[in-house]
Amino acid sequence: MFPASRYSCQARRCVRLLQKIKTEHATPQLYTTLHRRACSTVSTPRITTHYTIHPRDKDPRWEGVEMERFADEADVVIVGGGPAGLAAAIRLKQLANKHEKELRVCLVEKAPQIGAHTLSGACLEPSALTELIPDWKERGAPLNTPVTEDVFSILTEKYRIPVPMMPGLPMQNHGNYIVRMGNLVRWLGEQAEEVGVELYPGYAAAEVLFHEDGSVKGIATNDVGIAKDGSPKDIFERGMELHAKVTLFGEGCHGHLAKQLYKKFNLRENCEPQTYAIGLKELWMIDEKKWRPGRVEHSVGWPLDRNTYGGSFLYHLNEGEPLVALGFVVGLDYTNPYLSPFREFQRWKHHPFVAPTLEGGQRIAYGARALNEGGFQSVPKLTFPGGLLIGCSPGFMNVPKIKGTHTAMKSGMLAAEAIFPKLTAETLDSETAGLHVPEYAENLKNSWVWKELYAVRNIRPSFHNYFGLYGGMIYTGIFYWIFRGKEPWTLKHCGTDANQLKPAKECTPIEYPKPDGKISFDLLSSVALSGTNHEGDQPPHLTLKDDSIPVARNLGIYDGPEQRFCPAGVYEYVPLDTGDGMRLQINAQNCVHCKTCDIKDPSQNINWVVPEGGGGPAYNGM
Amino acid sequence: KCPRVSPVVTLCYCFVSPQIRVKPDNTGVVTDGVKHSMNPFCEIAVEEAVKLKEKKLIKEVVAVSCGPQQSQETIRTALAMGADRGIHVDVSGKDYENLGPLQVSKILAALAKQEDAQLILLGKQAIDDDCNQTGQMTAALLDWPQGTFASEVSLEGDKINLVREIDGGLEHIKINTPAVITADLRLNTPRYATLPNIMKAKKKKIATVKPADLGVDLTSRLEVLKVEEPPQREAGMKVETVEDLVVKLKEAGRV
Repeated sequence: MFPASRYSCQARRCVRLLQKIKTEHATPQLYTTLHRRACSTVSTPRITTHYTIHPRDKDPRWEGVEMERFADEADVVIVGGGPAGLAAAIRLKQLANKHEKELRVCLVEKAPQIGAHTLSGACLEPSALTELIPDWKERGAPLNTPVTEDVFSILTEKYRIPVPMMPGLPMQNHGNYIVRMGNLVRWLGEQAEEVGVELYPGYAAAEVLFHEDGSVKGIATNDVGIAKDGSPKDIFERGMELHAKVTLFGEGCHGHLAKQLYKKFNLRENCEPQTYAIGLKELWMIDEKKWRPGRVEHSVGWPLDRNTYGGSFLYHLNEGEPLVALGFVVGLDYTNPYLSPFREFQRWKHHPFVAPTLEGGQRIAYGARALNEGGFQSVPKLTFPGGLLIGCSPGFMNVPKIKGTHTAMKSGMLAAEAIFPKLTAETLDSETAGLHVPEYAENLKNSWVWKELYAVRNIRPSFHNYFGLYGGMIYTGIFYWIFRGKEPWTLKHCGTDANQLKPAKECTPIEYPKPDGKISFDLLSSVALSGTNHEGDQPPHLTLKDDSIPVARNLGIYDGPEQRFCPAGVYEYVPLDTGDGMRLQINAQNCVHCKTCDIKDPSQNINWVVPEGGGGPAYNGM
Repeated sequence: KCPRVSPVVTLCYCFVSPQIRVKPDNTGVVTDGVKHSMNPFCEIAVEEAVKLKEKKLIKEVVAVSCGPQQSQETIRTALAMGADRGIHVDVSGKDYENLGPLQVSKILAALAKQEDAQLILLGKQAIDDDCNQTGQMTAALLDWPQGTFASEVSLEGDKINLVREIDGGLEHIKINTPAVITADLRLNTPRYATLPNIMKAKKKKIATVKPADLGVDLTSRLEVLKVEEPPQREAGMKVETVEDLVVKLKEAGRV
């Protein structure tokens, strides 16, 4: 507490400095430090205690703690046990077994079991799976629901305009399967173990390791036993180092290690920033009379306005019980900070075309995850010395088809096929200690993945016009359906999603209906259904670069959009105990690892890092 | 003179997901795909056994689990925490659905005799069925002393000093070996099974046996008639005065 005279003197100095500095040019930390001193009656309680923000080598509580890590060597380390990582692992071991070579492939995955953090619609195009495991049917892959009906609608508040699903349109699903992706990933994990991949679920890759020449050496798993305030507990254990000749990063959309690699190796200098959407999903057990197995329904329009990209899906599974998977996707380039993707999802379910299917049913699961929408324009450089990026991490999703699994798996397989000859060559031909495999990127560009992404590259950006959704649909009809994406131009995106939010005072709050508890539900009961849990006594893994920015900027200018876009209720602005002002409360235990906050925070102050392995949602066949 | 006891630690492979739902035919709960892992009280039991071994008070820690193939994962975790070897009693399918404390304690009694164990450590109860019976039944079948709800264990010669957490407070007892001890929450804080230890554990031995090999009959004496969800919690109501409360209680037939 400063005495009054000293405070006012400091305040006057600060105000003079503020008038000199233009806020766009000052770094956020500098601005808010001055801002904080200028209004020092509101002191910011400490929120972030994670060692990535408060390094341990300067922290007296960590003096004398043994920080040496056990290290082990593998040939290939794969970060992430999703479709891309597992496809790469399986392909590597298939090649090794075929050519009778010894190859140690280790895969680390933060979920407590393979598939527990997997969430997807999903309508799977089986092309990549058939290339990887041609006899998947005999091996019992859980592709049990071929698509029988494909329905597309434009919704208005009360009505529905049907859109004919003509062959050739990207959304057409003939030949595809409705799957529970978590079950497919679990099955892929079993296939991987059969061919000799070492799978380590429950261990998160927390740090990238580098050789002295700057190439990637491998990864280190998370430390365990750090208390909430950042101090070491009695059971503190250092993570382990896994060294590899080459490391594959398949963390899925907006991976936290990939974020560091983009900076370190400048991988994004020649591509557009990635754009994203958030997908929320529920599983419902419905009344048998309403069940139409194999039916696929997609819609656009209500409840979103024509300038907010998004839409819904509803798939009737056929696995012996009347189960439907349904959900809602909202493009994260939305401009209104009052928009809540969760509540848009909940109110969409009340539409007269949707509600009858759900009446009399019971919701049994909930979850959410961010997904890529950048497509062709946003693919970064894919390889760097010692590593490469696969799957949704660099982002190969075909947005109008809303499918990214087949391209993710193919990218994993291409990576394996590019790496294998280099690993098993007589002499290790590499300038750097970590193997550089630029052949992977070349092979990808020559594959059907690239052709597919190129053909649909202009569909998503075509929504950025005055007519919004309708302009985009007309563009798709003309240039994709008729001309197959061969137009010579490539449209640009609008910049990062975080920069799209308009200040709250320029926007109107949205009146959402209250959940009725039968079809629509409140946030907390939904989060409970995700089964998410984390060890409570650990530093919050939603770290803030500057603890004062949320109240000063996010709440001050944008009315705290993180309270609304987080699908798990992690962020709450609560009144201070002293009565005046608010503070940000982070309920890290609720986190479902969707990554939306890291993407959409207008101040880009939130940095999601991986919590202790084994924590997070417990999705079952999502 | 320290007793050379070789304990057997038994582990429950139980489901730990917070979201459980009843099967549509009301015969049980859905277990397919639900997250399973080691029972938290059993983690504490393993930790205690490993601590005793580190103090050189016991010779060898053997981890046992009864269940399907996947329960071997739980044994691996125990091996990663410091157990020396594992025994997987293979019970699957219908037998596994009917496996209850009585059957498990018969298996443990048979194993204890076979392994010449001097100490059996278990968790006090499993968090999926909350039975709190296996330890007690095992002791009865073997005619061994039991120390249940242990919050402190110390070996003294060939006797064990135990502090038990009971409703009235803490009870101090002294029992002979061989004995059965069940672990309560405050006995210790289990260590993490770190990745290097999980990797080393892959090399440790897990033997598989069938209940028939141990001469155990798994027939259940219980038949589940029906499983139902608990009734939905109803909203409460506020009353202004004590008189109102009494009236409401009388209306609800409670008074």
